[in-house]
Amino acid sequence: MSQPIPLKDHEKDAQLVRRRVIVGALVVLMMLAVLIARMYYLQVVQYEHHSTLSENNRVHVQPIPPNRGLIFDRDGRIIADNRPSFSLTVTRERAGDWRKTLDTVVEVLQLSAEERELFEKRVLQGRRPFEPVPIMYELSEEQIARVAVDQFRLPGVEVAAQLVRHYPQGEHFAHSVGYVGRINEAELKQLDSVNYSGTHHIGKTGIEKFYEDSLHGRVGYEEVETNARGRVLRVLKRTDPVPGKDLTLTLDLDLQEAAEAALGGRRGAVVALQPATGEVLAMVSQPSFNPNLFVTGISFKAYGELRDSIDRPLFNRVLRGLYPPGSTIKPMMAVAGLDTGVVTENSKVFDPGFFQLPNVKHKYRNWNRGGDGWVDLELAIARSNDTYFYDMAHKMGIDRMHDYMTRFGIGQRVSLDMFEETAGLMPSRDWKRARYRQAWYPGETVILGIGQGYMQTTPLQLAQATALMATQGKWIRPHLARRIEGELPVDPQPLPDIELRDPRYWDAAINGMEQVMHGARGTARQVGDASLYRIAGKSGTAQVVAIKQGERYDSGKLNERHRDHALFVAFAPVHDPQIAVAVMVENGESGSGVAAPVAKLVMDAWLLDEYGQLKAEYALPLSAEAGRP
Amino acid sequence: MSGTFDRTLSSTDVMRRRATLLQRMHIDGLLLLLLLLLATGSLFILYSAGGKNWDMLIKQATSFGIGLAAMLVIAQFEPRFMARWVPLGYLTVVALLVAVEFVGYTAMGATRWINIPGVIRFQPSEFMKIIMPMTIAWYLSTRVLPPGIKHTVISLCLIVVPFVLILKQPDLGTALLVLVSGAFVVFIAGLRWRWVFGAMAALVPIAVGMWYFVLHNYQKQRVLTFLDPESDPLGSGWNIIQSKAAIGSGGVFGKGWLLGTQSHLDFLPESHTDFIIAVLAEEFGLVGVCLLLLVYLLLIARGLIITVQAQTLFGKLLAGALTMTFSVYVFINIGMVSGLLPVVGVPLPFISFGGTSLVTLLAGFGVLMSIHTHRKWIAQV
Repeated sequence: MSQPIPLKDHEKDAQLVRRRVIVGALVVLMMLAVLIARMYYLQVVQYEHHSTLSENNRVHVQPIPPNRGLIFDRDGRIIADNRPSFSLTVTRERAGDWRKTLDTVVEVLQLSAEERELFEKRVLQGRRPFEPVPIMYELSEEQIARVAVDQFRLPGVEVAAQLVRHYPQGEHFAHSVGYVGRINEAELKQLDSVNYSGTHHIGKTGIEKFYEDSLHGRVGYEEVETNARGRVLRVLKRTDPVPGKDLTLTLDLDLQEAAEAALGGRRGAVVALQPATGEVLAMVSQPSFNPNLFVTGISFKAYGELRDSIDRPLFNRVLRGLYPPGSTIKPMMAVAGLDTGVVTENSKVFDPGFFQLPNVKHKYRNWNRGGDGWVDLELAIARSNDTYFYDMAHKMGIDRMHDYMTRFGIGQRVSLDMFEETAGLMPSRDWKRARYRQAWYPGETVILGIGQGYMQTTPLQLAQATALMATQGKWIRPHLARRIEGELPVDPQPLPDIELRDPRYWDAAINGMEQVMHGARGTARQVGDASLYRIAGKSGTAQVVAIKQGERYDSGKLNERHRDHALFVAFAPVHDPQIAVAVMVENGESGSGVAAPVAKLVMDAWLLDEYGQLKAEYALPLSAEAGRP
Repeated sequence: MSGTFDRTLSSTDVMRRRATLLQRMHIDGLLLLLLLLLATGSLFILYSAGGKNWDMLIKQATSFGIGLAAMLVIAQFEPRFMARWVPLGYLTVVALLVAVEFVGYTAMGATRWINIPGVIRFQPSEFMKIIMPMTIAWYLSTRVLPPGIKHTVISLCLIVVPFVLILKQPDLGTALLVLVSGAFVVFIAGLRWRWVFGAMAALVPIAVGMWYFVLHNYQKQRVLTFLDPESDPLGSGWNIIQSKAAIGSGGVFGKGWLLGTQSHLDFLPESHTDFIIAVLAEEFGLVGVCLLLLVYLLLIARGLIITVQAQTLFGKLLAGALTMTFSVYVFINIGMVSGLLPVVGVPLPFISFGGTSLVTLLAGFGVLMSIHTHRKWIAQV
């Protein structure tokens, strides 16, 4: 305190300082205690939390996409493989202002504004955080070099090598095998996000879509150590991906090409089945398109052209094209007529050139206006006599007809493994009541007898119905996959075989079909005559526009696109059916004249050897040949 | 102090008879041993924290050598000599700080350096860390203790002038340390408790005032980040989140030397400078941290013993202030890295990479040694 004479008292000062030092020492101990407590809290109490944090910092799990399974034709020729391709990827989280980075990319690679737009769309598409998004595929050497030179201006942009689907056969299998494309947002929501975490492509149509699960495989993982900038320093653990299963198809490349050639540039569809196995040997829908365009992302313009083309190249006529079966249905009708007992092999109908329902004036015309006179079953098929089948249909009635045609696969999805197959339509009383709220009229039954009216079939259904004729009712769903990694495809819902009261009914109908080709009055005898083997066939026409009562079909007056579609179904050889074919030629008009030669060419391609001779294994034993008519 | 000693002997006799070689060289053996221990440990941690960078190690070792030399040189000067020259030193350094204000060299957004191109570049504020307690100790040691209002106010003025100058550079960490080092002298000199508590109570309005008028935006950001690091995990909260993760993931025994992932994978920023304790904590765990703190505790304890045994009031005040300031260094650094305190640029004494702080610290310990070894009747300890 303020003493009158301030004197230094060293002992007192020393004591004062000592007291303060003791206080200071206590404060120091307290501070150290606080620090140790803090460390204890962080390192012991919260150890788990921080340990996880640090580990999550360091360890990133990177998915390794599995290699997609390859697709082969039945002889092991490659239809879909995976090609290494360099793509440009952008990781939005690392790109800073990624839109600016995209501008730089466009500038560096000298691309168009349209591509810039596409890139932006791709970057914005559904994705996971920190995932590099491919924005451009199949970079050229020069483009890779340009990106490398300007890498410093392109944060988050990388050139990545990846395997990209490739279809070496181009257009041939676009409608059957389909294609893969980039996973879109809707698909991303439905997918197993774990299994697809490294995958950018998914099957969009066809086999690629149907067997997506098998083809895709199982994703693998790599636990990598990354630094704070996300650079991968080393791999800590790796779980290899399980590659997708390889798929061997039933399709035959040669036959496919032959069938396309047989169509000769016309629009149409060809399906060839092996009746005994249900294997699809060829599946043609023309025109087609190059599936490779869709893999790496098709440009808006190119897609627009495909989509809007009047020839509808994207339209799968085999599976989704709906046509009234026309006269091609007659052999099946014949089988139904025999089995229901409304006709017998020998019962005859007089054809004056038309059919009339009792007490109705309306005339249901035969195509041959002059009439064929007395007609039995065999001749009715051979001549494709409409009057006989009007009469039969009327006697059978819609209910029984519906029952039999359904058993032949009409109005049902018949395939085992085809994507987006349309069921078509086999009308019934119930259907009409539900659809039109109207009763069934007898006249509607009559025209169903010749495959007109409400009935709608796909070329595949016609081929399958024909194959059923060939196998005499043995149901095997047509399928495209022959072996999935050596395994046979299994039908989860097999359809019951068609059992007739008497198996000979089959022969009667088949005889009729054989007469179509080889009989003296057969409608397709020009084609049959030139054949080295016996064919059972049936032609048909599918109306595009309705012809009014009393009017005649005059192709000259009709717009080319309104002309009838030509249909033809056949199987051969008759004694041991190896191939069943359905042909549809759009606006081809004549089943026997236009579609039948196409079918013949397809069957030749399958049955004849390289010298144009029937392959020995398909030849009829001589003794048996003699016994046939 | 009050022990019996032979008054009949002259001091030179005592020196000749009982002083050891170290004492005659004005070296305190225990301090030197602890410092060498820290230096060795520092090099090991730095090797890991700096990514096995030998250049850095050699630089740090060189700084250590220079610092030790400075320490030994300073230890040769008598405290009386220091007291005589300290007013001049204080004025010089304040002048330099003013000079920094006008012609200082700017780097990393702060003007802290005097740069004479090609000759030297240094931070005058570093000198202030030692000059400041010396000045206050010099001033108060000739007054009656405990100091009255007048002397207290004058002391505070002596403290505040350099504090403000350094704060304006801006360098909050150094400014606070300078402030604290001066304040400790006043405290040890027996500042009334009611004033001590009054000052503490005044901290709140001062802090609020600083917030609005003194602190720069980046400093405010640091405080905000400290209060809620998760608010900006990728921006300014990153440092503290990562350092806590580094410390916490070390556990009790640590991940092992060179095996710390946080620092080696660059998640931990400033891992070789201010945040180096996180590397130590990650690689050596709680055990390593406790060992380091033990060494620090021994250093501080030795400093406090020196304080108590100092024979002059100047020596006592100076030694006490230097020791306590050193402990504040440790507390602020570790407290900030572990998320207890906001981030201020205070390196971890003897461990963080950086020559200047090393030399300054060792100079301080040189002063301690000087105080301890220039006592009369030196043989008693």
